[in-house]
Order: sequence, then C-alpha cells, then structure tokens
Amino acid sequence: MLQPRIMPCLLLKDGSLVKTVKFKNPSYVGDAVNAIKIFNEKEVDELILIDISKKKIPFDVLRKITRECFMPLCYGGNIKTIQDIKSLFQLGVEKVVVNTLLFTNPKLVKQAVKLFGSQSIVASVDVKTNFWGQYKIYQHAQNKITNLDPVKYVQQLEHLGIGEIFLYSVNKDGTWEGMDLKLIDIIAGSTSLPVVSCGGVGTTQDITNSISYGSSGVAIGSMCVYSKKDMGVLIKFPSRQQIKTIISSNENM
Amino acid sequence: MIGILDYGMGNVGSVESMINFLGYHKTQIINSPKELDSVNKIVLPGVGSFDNAMGNITQLGWLQPLHHHVIEKHKPILGICLGMQLLMEKSEEGNRLGLGFIKGECKKFKFRDSKLKIPHMGWNEVKPIKKDLCEEDSRFYFVHSYYVECKNKEDVMLETDYGIKFTSGVSKNNIFGVQFHPEKSHKYGMKLMEKFINL
Repeated sequence: MLQPRIMPCLLLKDGSLVKTVKFKNPSYVGDAVNAIKIFNEKEVDELILIDISKKKIPFDVLRKITRECFMPLCYGGNIKTIQDIKSLFQLGVEKVVVNTLLFTNPKLVKQAVKLFGSQSIVASVDVKTNFWGQYKIYQHAQNKITNLDPVKYVQQLEHLGIGEIFLYSVNKDGTWEGMDLKLIDIIAGSTSLPVVSCGGVGTTQDITNSISYGSSGVAIGSMCVYSKKDMGVLIKFPSRQQIKTIISSNENM
Repeated sequence: MIGILDYGMGNVGSVESMINFLGYHKTQIINSPKELDSVNKIVLPGVGSFDNAMGNITQLGWLQPLHHHVIEKHKPILGICLGMQLLMEKSEEGNRLGLGFIKGECKKFKFRDSKLKIPHMGWNEVKPIKKDLCEEDSRFYFVHSYYVECKNKEDVMLETDYGIKFTSGVSKNNIFGVQFHPEKSHKYGMKLMEKFINL
C-alpha cells in the first residue's frame, strides 16, 4: 500500500536556502544545490522547494538543482503563466505549487489542470488564526489574513481540479512546537484530496501525530536544516529506519 | 545512443540527468521524428493528459516513425508514466487512440473507500511478475489517476497494490512501460534504468 510521504520543505531566497519563523525573518541556511545533493544521498523520497523572493522564477538555480535531484521535486513561487509551468516541467520539476495565482487568476490554474493533469498542480493553503482565533486563509503576497474559511476554500480548490493540498500553518512555521493537529483534522476530513501538512514539526513523533490526524504527507522545514531549535545549520533527515518506525507506529494505532 | 522523446509533454530533463548520472553519456533529446534514425533505444516520458499527448504525437508527425522504429525495427522503447499509458490502445481519459503497441486500455481508479485518494501519488511497492527490468520487490514513486489494464496477461511485467492490484509495468518483446517514475525513484530507479540501458 501507499506509504505516507515525508519530505523536506526548503525555502529559496535570491538563490540561497533560507528558513523563516511564522513566515517572517528569513535567515540564511546555505547553498541550495549542496543541500539537495545531501538530501539525495539520504534517499529523501520527495522535496518541496518554494522561492519566497517575490521576483522571477530562479530558472538558473532550478536547472542546477534538477540535475542533482533524483526524487520528485515540487516547486512553488512566482508562477504566473502557463509557459512558466511548462518550462518548470521541462526542467524536470514534477509538480508545481500555486498560491497567489489561485486568487489572481484561478482560470489559468484550471487551464493548467486541464493541460498538465491535476496530479501535477498543488495548491498551497496557508492558514493563520485571526484575532478571534478562527482559522482563516492567509495571503502572503499582501501579507494579510483574509476572511476565507479554509474548509470552504479547499472545497473550491477541489472544484478547480487541483490534485493536492499543501497545508501550511503560518502560526506553527519554524516553531518546532508540533503541528496544528486540529487544523489537519478539519482539512483532511473535509476533502478527498491528499493533504500534505507543514509547519511545526520538531520531533519524529510530530510526524506520526500528523499522519494519524489524516495527513497523506508531512513536510519538514527547520528540523531538516538546523541541528536543534535556535542552533546551527545541519542538513539532515530521518533515516529510512526511523521513517519505517514512524509509519509502522501509525499502522498500529 | 538513447533517444529521449520530447513532444512537448515531458519531463525530459530528469530522465536525461539520471542516465548521465549513471555514467552513460549517450543520451539525445529528440525533437523531430527524423532523429529516431540515429538512436537505438527510445525513452517515451510523459506528464499530462492522454488526449493532449496523443494530439501532440499525431500533429508533430511521430505516429508513423514510432511504429516503424519500434514495431518494424524492434528498437527497445521504455514508456514512463503517461508514456506507458500511450503504449496502450486507448484510455478512459480521452477519445484519441493510443499507440497500440500493447493490447489493452487505461482506466480511471474508482474507490468507494475515501481513504484511497486519487491521484495515486507517492512511493509504493512494486512486485515483479516478469523480471525484465526489475528483479526484486522495490519501491517507486507514482503519480497517476489512470492505470493500465492489459488484454493479455503475459504482457504484465510489474504489479502494485492500491485498492486493487494493478499493472505498474508492462513488457512485450522490445516494448516496456512503467507507470511510476524511475527517474525520480533514486536507487531503485537507477537500477531499473541501468537494466534498460544494458538490454
């Protein structure tokens, strides 16, 4: 049977790897191509790469990365046209993540689904709690919490034909304090799409918990680029054996 | 020389990177049917929908040359993902006819159990029925909503379990297809690609 996917989520800014806390204060982590080489050797099963520069798609860096990346690569950031998506696939990117485009040009996303198949289009769903503690969709391009309810929003995306939800908890990003399991439960329970959740992983137990609340996949940020919370850079990833334990402890639940 | 077909739908870059990483610097990305003359093996990658792909193949004039090189000249061909589905006669995904190199069709996954998501996406186990390209139980990366159903059982090369047991690899003489992505399945993919290269 299909196994839950566990993957690094790496952030790119101006060609380098960075890591944020709650979507803010990106700090330098290292060279992207080098990190990919290390993840490759660790037989990482999948990788998400998001460019947060708010500029153009860094095709030059991506070209170097895809040459070294023998695992599925999902790219997001500054995708604006069908040609952008086409160029990314031709480079060897497997899937694209869209976010801002879902607000600015959903028609184009629908067209992309039709052209490339729903399995290759992922929607990034960034969720932040508002002043009253309600879950709302967060729009990073405008740095604002919208009034959109995540469950309804995800249902709309399902109608658009999106193949996968990348659920990012802004509140938990870079905190190491565990994932927002309630959010995962609500979203995974309300859609038939696979949900990859991100934000807050600090231990392998957090991954186990996330899967048991319905995540099809779990993305790890800080934990795979820092040795510990508030400590130095260390590119690492759970070993195959650790992953087997994570998965099997879920099967026994 | 291994020709990787670029008909506007593919993930040609990563297939080429893996073959070159393995030390075989003998790949050529081919954009025109004429170039098939200069290769002795063909890789047919594919990302996207069946009709779009077959539309491109037809309009760009690949149909007849592919038939000539694969069926008449017996050049080994490896279809990957959608590329494997194109080897079949037809698909529920569209109205166009496939290449028809292998008898059978592509069907969409349908599950009552909502835990089984579509597309089938992620790493799954692959069991060899025939050992042409893969000798032992392995793990590969899949992304697909449609699966292949062979008319002749002897064309089934690999099998995978996802709600149902489905055909994750086909083979018939010089024709091979895999539903998963060897170019994205690190060490398992490298093993399989190496076998195809050394056929």
